[in-house]
Amino acid sequence: MTNHVSPPVSPAKTTDKSLESLRMNIALAGVGGQGTLVAGKLLGTVAIKLGLDVKVSEVHGMSQRGGSVITYVRMGSKVFSPIIEAGTADFCLAFEELEALRWSGLLKTSGTMIINSQKIRPLPVLMGKAQYPQEIRSVIESAADGKARIIEIDALAAALTAGSPRAVNMVMLGALSIFTDIPLDYWEESVMEVFAGKPKLIPINLQAFHFGRDLVR
Amino acid sequence: MKQILLGNEAIARGAYEAGVKLVSSYPGTPSTEITESIVQYERIYCEWATNEKVGAEVAVGASIRGARALTCMKHVGVNVAADPLFTASYIGVNGGLVFVAADDPGMHSSQNEQDSRNYARAAKVPMFEPSDSQECKDYLKKAYEISEQYDTPVMLRLHTRVSHSRSVVELEDPQDIVIRPYVKNVDKYVMMPGMAIKRHVIVEDRMVRLAQDSSADIDSVGLHTITIKSQKLGIITAGAAYQYVADALPDASILKLGMIWPLPQDLIRSFASKVDRLVIVEELDPFLETEIKAMGLICEGKSLFTLQGEYSAKMIRTALTGEPNPASVVSQEILPVAPARPPVMCAGCPHKGLFLALSRLRVQVTGDIGCYTLGALPPMAAMDACVCMGASIGMAHGFDKATDGEASTHTVSVIGDSTFMHSGVTNLINAVYNQSRITVVILDNSITGMTGHQQNPTTGLDIRLRSAPSINLEELCRSIGVTSIRILDPVDSRLCQTVIREELEKDTVSVVIARRPCALIPVGKGKKEDRTVVNKDKCTACGSCIRMMCPALTEGPDKKPIIDWDICNACGLCMNLCAFGALTKGGRKS
Ligand SMILES: Cc1ncc(C[n+]2csc(CCOP(=O)(O)OP(=O)(O)O)c2C)c(N)n1
Repeated sequence: MTNHVSPPVSPAKTTDKSLESLRMNIALAGVGGQGTLVAGKLLGTVAIKLGLDVKVSEVHGMSQRGGSVITYVRMGSKVFSPIIEAGTADFCLAFEELEALRWSGLLKTSGTMIINSQKIRPLPVLMGKAQYPQEIRSVIESAADGKARIIEIDALAAALTAGSPRAVNMVMLGALSIFTDIPLDYWEESVMEVFAGKPKLIPINLQAFHFGRDLVR
Repeated sequence: MKQILLGNEAIARGAYEAGVKLVSSYPGTPSTEITESIVQYERIYCEWATNEKVGAEVAVGASIRGARALTCMKHVGVNVAADPLFTASYIGVNGGLVFVAADDPGMHSSQNEQDSRNYARAAKVPMFEPSDSQECKDYLKKAYEISEQYDTPVMLRLHTRVSHSRSVVELEDPQDIVIRPYVKNVDKYVMMPGMAIKRHVIVEDRMVRLAQDSSADIDSVGLHTITIKSQKLGIITAGAAYQYVADALPDASILKLGMIWPLPQDLIRSFASKVDRLVIVEELDPFLETEIKAMGLICEGKSLFTLQGEYSAKMIRTALTGEPNPASVVSQEILPVAPARPPVMCAGCPHKGLFLALSRLRVQVTGDIGCYTLGALPPMAAMDACVCMGASIGMAHGFDKATDGEASTHTVSVIGDSTFMHSGVTNLINAVYNQSRITVVILDNSITGMTGHQQNPTTGLDIRLRSAPSINLEELCRSIGVTSIRILDPVDSRLCQTVIREELEKDTVSVVIARRPCALIPVGKGKKEDRTVVNKDKCTACGSCIRMMCPALTEGPDKKPIIDWDICNACGLCMNLCAFGALTKGGRKS
């Protein structure tokens, strides 16, 4: 059974006006089991600390069985729809290369896409019915025609160095954090709050988060 | 204090704050997490019921006895619970009673796209529809007040995007749990014609009063919000659709309904009179539109929008404004097509061995609902029909009787343990009683897998993971009168094939119990040292292990298998399939 007890979130701490006017759409694309849900929850926690309204839209059910999963995070002074429309994502974090290709349509002009170089071959590819596309990063980059930032990192290797393949999500968030104006302590406190129920995991996840920052600096 | 909660978690929190005493539900996406997160509130009695009808009846009982009670289900669950719902509407309540129905437009995880609002109208009960997590909590609490004030069960309609979106919720202190006194009252609680005739009058009167009060008192009965902006365009909407409208049409006037049945007719008329053009934005059926047109008002709705799937801000903008929609910076036309990533049976999934056997036997399969429905997809493609929970056995019996038994020589019905307890067992009784010749395979993976691992009467644990009596499936089948019962481990795919072939030949009802725990639950985890190793010298690259499509076993450049030890669950299915002894246990520790 999944644990549906959300830890309490400490109240908004920001007094910085520029942060209060922040508006961000962040899409997290991956494969069931890659930790996009936890990443979404963490971004929700960061938003509350910023005193912002936030919506995190998850996919449960069928898609967990190794299917493609997308989590949308929208934050701002007031958020209505939980869904990010095509061409409106400020950030798209692709936890897997093929998913980067699939969800690249979400990215907006001057947005940033961070791709984890991991490849997880889907059933049609395993069955020889389809080809896993080559050079996904450069294909997306040329389709963006210089109007967006496309970055690729090896988040899996960094997560393994930090101590767990499951920390890929923290590496991705670490990389994201560099491109936002949100101060580091908001992120670190959110990591600690999200893993409050499993304190042993905090050091690994914090380290993975910092590895992610280092990869894109 | 503020917390960011899933819509479903907010419903659970609302139940806690409202002093709910009892929750009895059957799981179903997207409603499951409500009852799962009730578990954290220890003062609430909660349980997994065998099916939605049972869950609803338990809640009805608790309500009559004076407790606030809740039952939660997915949209198709309401079909199962419809019988108690329709008559609970007549008897009303003692303690407040709420039915939560979670709809799934777009069918993220469902077999149809039915619209639960039709049930509120048909059963003559009020229905609320929240649009975010805060409203989930607020509306549920209001539903209990309305339930007791108007002596009626209340329905709350959720939506995948509301159930499974997290947003900010302000927590409040819980009310005490109050159990109201129970007084015997046959006129109210015993529905025989003589009493029900009188109750029906009360029901109709109640709905009229609710409709009036919902208009007159929008803050404490109807929970509607009216935003008057442009006179040119007015939108009536509710629930998830409201959020898309708010994004797409910042200048429109909006009437957002909270209680969506019965309709606040006076309020709607007054809103309609303030705008030049009235448009109804609602997913699925033209429920509001039909009713509003029946009031004699002119409006548009499904002439602009589809009856299918989820809406979006983009769809609404396109239909109602001339504004361009945002376009992606990554021009999609020049990108290669991304191969689909369909869900697959997990590494170590016990259903795989059984379905490989069915696929080799080339039999007809009447299927059922659960993880094993994936057996309908390649590479097994071993399913002919799948309708609703429990139907596999009835359909096989139908095949049998339609052909005077001929079909039963080559038809197998498959059903999971939870689905068997839900509504398969009554079908099996029917088949035995009516002297069928069917062969039923119960896929006993010791859990309700599809919906995320809930306990059920066969697993030996209750919802709080305390030990509980467990039904012995073979004893149950024997007591029904099944004479041929075989138990096997589906990892032995060849044995499955032999046993099923033998059972197909018998001209009585046969049950094969394919028993192995789900690979994702603790008792289903294999030992690391038993993971598969490949002996490349013995491997002939015949491809039979590759073809079974285990996520842990992929084809290398030499056409021989490569095992991913991070994923391999040491089930041994690939070893059983290899005719050359090239796959053996021996994956190193850790
Ligand atoms: C009436 C109804 N209620 C609930 C569901 C949701 N649902 C789909 S499959 C399933 C249970 C599957 O469990 P089981 O039969 O044990 O098979 P498994 O997934 O474990 O293989 C449920 C609850 C549904 N589809 N219909």
